[in-house]
Amino acid sequence: MSVATRVSLDIENIRKQFPVLHQKVNGRDLVYFDNAATNQKPEVVINTLTEYYKGYNANIHRGIHTLAEKATKAYEETRQLAKAFINAASEQEIIFVRGVTEAINLVAASYGKTFIQSGDEIIISGLEHHSNIVPWQFVCESKGAILKVINVTDSGELDLSHYKTLLTSRTKLVAVNHASNSLGTINPIKQIIDLAHAHGAVVLIDGAQAGAHLEIDVQALNCDFYCLSSHKMFGPTGTGILYGKKALLELMPPYQGGGEMIKTVTFEKTTYNDLPYKFEAGTPNIADVIAFGKAIEFINGLGKDAIAAHEHELLVYATEKVKTLPHVTIIGEAKEKVGVVSFTVEGIHPFDIGQMLDARGIAVRTGHHCTEPLMARFGIEGTVRASFSVYNTKGEVDQLIEGLDRIIKFMK
Amino acid sequence: MAKSISEIQDEIISEFSLLDGDMEMTVFYIMELGQKLPDMNPAEKTETNEVKGCQSKVWLTAKLESDKLFFAADSNTAITKGLVSLLVRIFNGQSPDGILNADLYFMHKIGMERFIGTQRSNGFAAMIKQMKLYALAFKTQQEVRS
Repeated sequence: MSVATRVSLDIENIRKQFPVLHQKVNGRDLVYFDNAATNQKPEVVINTLTEYYKGYNANIHRGIHTLAEKATKAYEETRQLAKAFINAASEQEIIFVRGVTEAINLVAASYGKTFIQSGDEIIISGLEHHSNIVPWQFVCESKGAILKVINVTDSGELDLSHYKTLLTSRTKLVAVNHASNSLGTINPIKQIIDLAHAHGAVVLIDGAQAGAHLEIDVQALNCDFYCLSSHKMFGPTGTGILYGKKALLELMPPYQGGGEMIKTVTFEKTTYNDLPYKFEAGTPNIADVIAFGKAIEFINGLGKDAIAAHEHELLVYATEKVKTLPHVTIIGEAKEKVGVVSFTVEGIHPFDIGQMLDARGIAVRTGHHCTEPLMARFGIEGTVRASFSVYNTKGEVDQLIEGLDRIIKFMK
Repeated sequence: MAKSISEIQDEIISEFSLLDGDMEMTVFYIMELGQKLPDMNPAEKTETNEVKGCQSKVWLTAKLESDKLFFAADSNTAITKGLVSLLVRIFNGQSPDGILNADLYFMHKIGMERFIGTQRSNGFAAMIKQMKLYALAFKTQQEVRS
C-alpha cells in the first residue's frame, strides 16, 4: 500500500464506537491486546442484534409473512456483503458456518469423504492452529491418508523449498493459514496455491487472522476454499463463512442433514437443495449473521488499507520497544506480519507475565495459542502474545512496555 | 495448640489487607511468597505427582504423620507457586477431616477467587482438589485400620 493513497484514521473517534473499551480493570484503563483471540464489537454491530430480536425476529427461508421476509432479506444481504468482501464469483459459493473451525471440519468431512482415498496425501504447515490440524488428522485416520507438514523457519516463516519437496502426484489437498495467530506471519499463499494446483491438489486457506487485516480476493488467489470467522472481524461469535468454488461444492456431499438443506424428503429417498443451502442445515444463527454483515460494512467504511496501515504502525512501534527490554525474545520475525507480537522472557513463565499485566489492566494471551506443535518447534511451552486492532494506540503499547519493564525488574 | 484452618486463613486475609486491594501489589506479593517456598526435590517432580492444569504445572506430595497431613508442593509458574504456598501453610499439620471440610474463603478475600474458578489454565484449582483427595485417601486408610 502506498502512503499517498492511505487515508488516516481518526482512532479516537473509532474508539468511541467500542463501548467495551471504556472501562477500568483492576483500577486501570483496560488495554485490550488480545484481538487475535477475538476482537471487540462496534455499537452498530451490537445494536443490530437487539434491533433484530426487538423488530423482526422470524425464521428465514420458510415463512411467507412480513417478518420472515424482512429477516430473510437481511440475512441474505450479509451473504452478498461477504461475497463482495472476498470477491467471490457467486453468492452460491458463500456458506454460513459457525466459524473457521466448523468451515474446516465441513471441508474435511465432506471433501474428505468423496475425494480423499487411502495413500493420498494432505499437506498442512507447522504454523497451523489446532483447528487446521485435527480435522485433517480425522480424515487421514479414517481414510488411511498421509499427513505432511511444511517446516517453519527460525524466523517463523514457511519453508517453501521444503513445501516443494512435499508435493507429489498423491497430494490431494493443501491447508494453510493466511496469517499465523501465534506469530503474525503472513504466508505467501498465492505461491502455495499455484504450486498445489500444478500438482492437481486443492487448497484451503484459513483466513481467521486475515479477515480484519488483509485484502482477500479469492478469484485472484484462485484458492479452492477460504474460511473466515465473524468474531475475529468485529462481528459476533458463532458465525463465519466458508467460501468454496462452486464446481467443488456441487460435487461435495452434504455435511449435516436436516431442514433447509433438502429439496424433497421421503423415507425412501431424500434429495438435496441447491447451493449454498445444501450446506446450511437447520435454523441458522440469523441475528449474528445479520450483525456480521454490519461488521463487514464497518470494515469497508474504514477501508482495509487504512486499518492495515495503522496496525502496521503499532506492530513496528511495539516490536521496537519490546526489543529494548532485557531478557526478552520475540518469537516470529517474518518479513511480513499482521499486528501480532509474540515473545518470551527468560526465566519468567508467560502465565506469570499475563497475570501481572492483567493486574495492570492489560489483556494479552499467554500459552500455546492452540498451536502446540509450533511452540514445540521453537522449544518453548508458550509465549506472551500482544495482538492489535484498529482501535489500539501507541499509548497503550507504552503501557504494555511499562508493565513488562516493571515485571522484569521485580522478578530479576 | 495448633491453629485451625480458619485461624490461618484469617491471618492470611489480615496480611493481604495491608495491600489495600491493589491487584498489582497482590500479584507481586503472592509471587514473593512463592519464591520463599522451598523448591521440591526434583526427584519428586514426577508425572505421578503432577497435578495438571493447562499452563501451570503443579507437583504435590503428601504424607501422614501422627494423624496429621503434611504436604510438599511446587509449580512452574510463580503466581501458582505463591498460592500453593498459602495452601501448604493452611493445610500442613491438619487432620484429614479438617481438610475435607475446609471452606477456602480466603481466596475471595484476597481477590484471587478466579484461581478456583472454571478456567482450564488453572493448576491451582486442580491442586485443591488433589489435596482433598489425599485427605480422603488417608482418612479411608485410617478407618480401615481402626
